[in-house]
Amino acid sequence: MFKILKKEYLANNIWLMDIEAPRVAKHCQPGQFVIVKMDEEGERIPLTVCDYDREKGTVTIVFQTVGASTMEMAEYEVGESFEDFVGPLGCPSELIEMPLDELKKEKILFVCGGVGTAPVYPQVKWMKEHGVDVDVIIGARTKDILILEDEMRKVAANLYIATDDGSYEFKGNGCDKIKDLYAQGKSYTKVVAIGPMIMMKFVCLLTKEMNIPTIVSMNPIMVDGTGMCGACRLQVGDEIKFACVDGPEFDGHLVDFDQAMKRQAMYKTEEGRAKLKFEEGDTHHGGCGQCH
Amino acid sequence: MEVDVMKRIPVREQDPKVRATNFDEVCLGYNKEEAMAEATRCLQCKNPRCVQGCPVNIDIPGFIKEVGEDNVAGAYKVISKYSALPAVCGRVCPQESQCESMCVRGIKGDAVSIGKLERYVADTAREQGIKPEPATEKKGKKVAVIGSGPAGLTCAGDLAKLGYDVTIFEALHKAGGVLSYGIPEFRLPKDRVVAAEVENVKALGVKIETNVVIGKATTIDELLNDEGFDAVFVGSGAGLPRFMGIPGENANGVFSANEYLTRSNLMKAFDDKYDTPIIAGKKVAVVGGGNVAMDAARTALRLGAEVHIVYRRSEEELPARVEEVHHAKEEGIVFDLLTNPTEILVDENGSVKGMTCIRMELGEPDESGRRRPVEIAGSEFTLDVDTVIMSLGTSPNPLISSTTKGLEINKRKCIIAEEENGQTTKEGVYAGGDAVTGAATVILAMGAGKAAAKGIDEFLSK
Ligand SMILES: Cc1cc2nc3c(=O)[nH]c(=O)nc-3n(C[C@H](O)[C@H](O)[C@H](O)COP(=O)(O)OP(=O)(O)OC[C@H]3O[C@@H](n4cnc5c(N)ncnc54)[C@H](O)[C@@H]3O)c2cc1C
Ligand SMILES: Cc1cc2nc3c(=O)[nH]c(=O)nc-3n(C[C@H](O)[C@H](O)[C@H](O)COP(=O)(O)OP(=O)(O)OC[C@H]3O[C@@H](n4cnc5c(N)ncnc54)[C@H](O)[C@@H]3O)c2cc1C
Ligand code: SF4
Ligand code: SF4
Ligand code: FES
Ligand SMILES: [Mg+2]
Repeated sequence: MFKILKKEYLANNIWLMDIEAPRVAKHCQPGQFVIVKMDEEGERIPLTVCDYDREKGTVTIVFQTVGASTMEMAEYEVGESFEDFVGPLGCPSELIEMPLDELKKEKILFVCGGVGTAPVYPQVKWMKEHGVDVDVIIGARTKDILILEDEMRKVAANLYIATDDGSYEFKGNGCDKIKDLYAQGKSYTKVVAIGPMIMMKFVCLLTKEMNIPTIVSMNPIMVDGTGMCGACRLQVGDEIKFACVDGPEFDGHLVDFDQAMKRQAMYKTEEGRAKLKFEEGDTHHGGCGQCH
Repeated sequence: MEVDVMKRIPVREQDPKVRATNFDEVCLGYNKEEAMAEATRCLQCKNPRCVQGCPVNIDIPGFIKEVGEDNVAGAYKVISKYSALPAVCGRVCPQESQCESMCVRGIKGDAVSIGKLERYVADTAREQGIKPEPATEKKGKKVAVIGSGPAGLTCAGDLAKLGYDVTIFEALHKAGGVLSYGIPEFRLPKDRVVAAEVENVKALGVKIETNVVIGKATTIDELLNDEGFDAVFVGSGAGLPRFMGIPGENANGVFSANEYLTRSNLMKAFDDKYDTPIIAGKKVAVVGGGNVAMDAARTALRLGAEVHIVYRRSEEELPARVEEVHHAKEEGIVFDLLTNPTEILVDENGSVKGMTCIRMELGEPDESGRRRPVEIAGSEFTLDVDTVIMSLGTSPNPLISSTTKGLEINKRKCIIAEEENGQTTKEGVYAGGDAVTGAATVILAMGAGKAAAKGIDEFLSK
């Protein structure tokens, strides 16, 4: 069993939890993910490692409630436990595997959208700890749904916020902000885009035009996360890749996003039904002793 | 009970029409009366050929004699000397090409139903609470076993019986390997049989740590150098699925058999209480002709689909067990033989709307000795399906070999290991089962686990 040691509401239905998982905490690296299975009947839910404390043996996850399983997860409280928590899975971020002196020569821009801000945070923190200065853009619809702004400000060289409605800092989306930075005379040798697939797709369209190599972190539907089922397969250039073992990070200019987005929507009908059922209170996990 | 010595006692099965709509076990097994009657058909040969047909050389006449005398505990004791998983092997071994194929009774009539008798012994022993006995003396040495499939469970069980302190590390959340995630409930009940066999191994003192992916959460080198293990057995199976590489294969509605079966077996998607979704499909094509293909087809059928097996050779070459093909046909699976897919047709939403296939004929024999299927020019046609399940075989996952210094693999990605003791190219590391042979059978994996346990014991006794 894997105990929840901390639970915090960030914004916009996004929750943060610290989970006691010493084996995972000892070995995980930025860019990797875990799979959580809450109880016997639960599905296997992939979530990015958002932070870790090797001494305390904890791993931080940040998740948004989008369907039945994540809604159920948000009902778990500190002191309760998840039945299964497996990781680290996937490959560490390509950047942290680079020789440090070469990495320091790169000028890197991270672009994050929505809950994607969470997985970017450990990478930027890692960069700061290793003396690498990087810039970060956080894109959000509006000011109220921004997450991890303060944390990110502490580790980024420059943090730019872009809101669609202009309620905070720059008005526009992540792509608009990239163009704006270039207009101000900035330039980058690498972009890392992490967020909803549609956002990564548009960032990649732009950076391809601008000729900036771009890394994306893909989140296709997964089952085992160990390379055994092929549910997570993606078309990357002329190859088929399994995101759980070959990724989750890929060269964004090679990913077939249109196909990936269709695959991501494969279970929409079943998922809709499950969500309804959960909201009607049919599948409460029963751990809190005050069933409603 | 009357016995015609030429004919085996028939085994009771669920009616095909009824079982096509449920996930309960198809074969109901012998009761005491039937088992004792079948046991009388064994001639107790002085030179039992059946034993040579069994990869682990179970003393078959020995245990059948005990069944005939209604001594189940005695029969179980005989089998336990050779096999750690009799309830499993009695159900899924390809007996017709192993032990039973050699039985002298089979020359003029039906071979003795060795598998069904083995199953009877294991099931009855479990019902009576008979368990294998743990070791009394401890060796004070630690062995790590990677993977909890038949190879890992057997190796762990044997080492524990010798007094070693054994921990199994399993990547998934449940132990059993293919027995848990691959072979369906209707052929191999999970709680009643697989979980019970796993419990037997635990009863010997083996610890099982699930949710640990070796190569990610820790490595073999760390197990040996930092975690105090004296030897390691790798029984990680051959789980990496192959696809055909034809156009349309990433469409929504195309699954590997592993994914389909994992959703249904491991995640129990067929049961409404469980959260994992599965797309049943209205009309399903399963591409391939092995046991895995039969299992995927019969699973889709039970979820309500019309199912076609699409296989490029003829019935004679179907690699699946005869019993499985027979059951599949009885249940109403359609066999499109000498047929090979060339393209999956995709609609504007990215979903499967059909599959183009070409007819084949058999030409000259190839390296495997089977006649090579060749395309008949101009014979393309479209199979009207909304779901395609690819069941083309699997290979070992590179996760362990790529993270272990000095552990060598061959060109088929299989770990190189000695057959007689499982020794790999790295000292202290042993391997066996599908990880070494590529996809094979439960009993061969078990045999390899046994051989490696002996090899490890010799290594640690030096
Ligand atoms: C490598 C990886 C890392 C991820 N990291 C995070 C993260 O840090 N924070 C976060 O909030 N979300 C993350 N996700 C997405 C998260 O797994 C899904 O939001 C979650 O599984 C939805 O489950 P649900 O039952 O609540 O929603 P559902 O209603 O079942 O599904 C809603 C949508 O979530 C996606 N989804 C559903 N099941 C799966 C599945 N088994 N695997 C992947 N996606 C699925 C699909 O796009 C689906 O349409 C990650 C996904 C992957 C593959
Ligand atoms: C659908 C299907 C039907 C079959 N039907 C039959 C049949 O009727 N008769 C028959 O004899 N055989 C059958 N087989 C084949 C048989 O199941 C296998 O040959 C046998 O299970 C191999 O045993 P194993 O112990 O080598 O590996 P597996 O059973 O594959 O077990 C390997 C285990 O190792 C774990 N693992 C892998 N990598 C790691 C890692 N890095 N760290 C930790 N754990 C890891 C896996 O999760 C898995 O649990 C079938 C196979 C399938 C898929
Ligand atoms: S283990 Fe398999 S081959 Fe050996 S006797 Fe039993 S059924 Fe036959
Ligand atoms: S060969 Fe057949 S008859 Fe002879 S001992 Fe074996 S099972 Fe009995
Ligand atoms: S999730 Fe199964 S192979 Fe990637
Ligand atoms: Mg869900």
